[in-house]
Amino acid sequence: MPIDAVVNIVISGLFTGLVYGLMALGLSVIYGVVRIVNFAHGELMAVGMYAAVFAFVMAGIDPLWMLVPLAVAFFGIGYGLQRALVNPFIGRPEHSQFILLLAVALVLVNLLLVFFGPDARGVLVSYSLDSYQIGPLLIDKVRLICAAVALITCAILFAIFRYLSFGKAIRACADNLLGAQVVGLNVKHLYALTFGLGTACVGIAGCLMSLLVDVTPGLGPAYTLLAFVIVIIGGLGSMVGALAGGVLIGVSESVAGLLFTPSAKGMVSFALMILVLVFRPQGLFKAR
Amino acid sequence: MPSVTRRDFNRLAAGSAIAGSAALAAPAVVRAQASKLRVGVLLPRSGALAFIGQSCQRGADIAPAMLREMYGVEIELMNADMESSVDVARSRAEKLIDDGAQLLVGAFDSGPTAAIAQVAEQRKVPFVVNIAAAPQITEQGYKYTFRNFPSAGDLIGNGLSLTSDIFQATSAAPRTAVFMHVNDTFGSSMAKGIAAILPKLTHLPFKLVDTISYDREARDLSVEIAKAKATQADFILLVSRLNDAILLVRELVKQRWSPQAIISPGSPGMYEAQFYKALGNRYSDYCISNVPWYNPNAALAQSVEATFHKQFPQEKLMFHALNVGFTFEAIMIAADAFKRAGTTDGDPLAEAIRQTNITEHMMVGGPITFDAKGQNTQIASACIQNRDGEPVVVLPQDAAQKAPVYPVPAWNERKA
Repeated sequence: MPIDAVVNIVISGLFTGLVYGLMALGLSVIYGVVRIVNFAHGELMAVGMYAAVFAFVMAGIDPLWMLVPLAVAFFGIGYGLQRALVNPFIGRPEHSQFILLLAVALVLVNLLLVFFGPDARGVLVSYSLDSYQIGPLLIDKVRLICAAVALITCAILFAIFRYLSFGKAIRACADNLLGAQVVGLNVKHLYALTFGLGTACVGIAGCLMSLLVDVTPGLGPAYTLLAFVIVIIGGLGSMVGALAGGVLIGVSESVAGLLFTPSAKGMVSFALMILVLVFRPQGLFKAR
Repeated sequence: MPSVTRRDFNRLAAGSAIAGSAALAAPAVVRAQASKLRVGVLLPRSGALAFIGQSCQRGADIAPAMLREMYGVEIELMNADMESSVDVARSRAEKLIDDGAQLLVGAFDSGPTAAIAQVAEQRKVPFVVNIAAAPQITEQGYKYTFRNFPSAGDLIGNGLSLTSDIFQATSAAPRTAVFMHVNDTFGSSMAKGIAAILPKLTHLPFKLVDTISYDREARDLSVEIAKAKATQADFILLVSRLNDAILLVRELVKQRWSPQAIISPGSPGMYEAQFYKALGNRYSDYCISNVPWYNPNAALAQSVEATFHKQFPQEKLMFHALNVGFTFEAIMIAADAFKRAGTTDGDPLAEAIRQTNITEHMMVGGPITFDAKGQNTQIASACIQNRDGEPVVVLPQDAAQKAPVYPVPAWNERKA
């Protein structure tokens, strides 16, 4: 196979992996602070995808213009979900938390089925099929834009946790919950903010994904599983790990499709996860 | 000598009277049951094949009223969604039979269809396959399964023959093709069939330079298209479903590869309404599907079209022709057999289906009959090319609406 074709495939996998990483970042952030595993993560992303598709179909709004409104809306959804539903389950046995969020996931999937039906829906903007040519390389325009937005979003999230006071407060809760309570931090509010931030990441990821793939109600569980694989590989609770895991999965799936039969590329992510669990069960990066 | 008391005699007389009146009533009960046939319709109305399943469902929905007029029999549909899943198909088939279905129709997808055929055989309930090509469905020696759709071998034979006709009609001689196929039961059957049949067709000018399979549920086919592009094949031979066909074309455009054509030797996808809607005329045009098709000049096809348009005024039959046509015909076969058998019992009904000989039907080909394996071997294919956002018959010549175009215009040469 020509080398430029290989490079094209690797770049394509890298860009897709960055969007996966953004999706998984939300999961990692929530677990890192609240210590709740959001089993409705992929379903929330599917909701984000449908929201973007709906805005496009009804009003012709490009999903890139929906990034900020969806981020705000999903922040609110995440905040409300945590305060109203999840908060009472903190401290309860893990299986109760699992059942709760699984139930939320099932409700979301079936609501999407009721409102939108089972048909695949997508967004075809004027530049959906464009690509840039740089020498022998062909760069998919939409993937490039999505990867750039994913990186910017991650950078904003990092900046929030590093430089803003409430970001530092959230980190304090994650590092030392008792200490945070002792110094008077409103832990419930901070937990809800964290859930909101994680859900906002998912909303943005969903908006970007709507430009890359067609959405069906059944897509949510597949992305929940993918998010889990990524954070387990990257390290549960590690933001850098989530991004790195996403990129690793994106690139490895593309390369595996090249080296083996493309129909088997889906198994590569699970094979990688098994390797990580066996040799480095805490993940590639430590939780921070 | 045992004595019979008056009480014994009265009890015996009462029992005989009840048995006698039941025997007199039974024929009436049987006659009442024989006027209605409960048909369980299993289709993938959600999941990966949702759009196509719903398209087939339209063919089922228009059938009862039309068949009442045509045959004077009552058909009651019992619809079930098998969710594009083998396990769900099996359990839904069992449930339909438990709920009283006397005959099953379905299921578009080969894997679930094979599972339903097993259930039908075990429960001795006739099963008429509307659309499913995997050869094994009618190779198991089943007595209750009948297929009014070509098997993969026939599809491929017809499809490759029409492919040769395209090259002859356009004086083209492509030398290489890359074969891409979905890796579900249907796609794998077609791949095996092509591997077996193609080498024997020495008159075809091309050879396959690579075979690339992909997951039916794949959300990204960029690697597959990159591999196909690297072969520099003249055209793509494609066995696909609907969503993956859309993804493939999008990826072809993004990667700026314009093969001479995309030709399907007998798979769904490129003639479905959603394909045109998702890609627009610019990118959906010129794709070629060699598939069984309806005969728009047949009287029954025109009746079906009128009824279809009345019930679904927003839709055009041409975008659902294959799905609606075969599903309608499957229920028509059931109605025809029911009228001749006069019973809903499995064995006589299955025997009546076996004796089917319907000359007035809507799909292209000879009369609907079944061989010893329950297979209708008289179904022909037509070469359908997308033109101006519509599926158009371009071969055989005597049925052609337009002349075939090969090689097709490159993506950047087409009007926006």
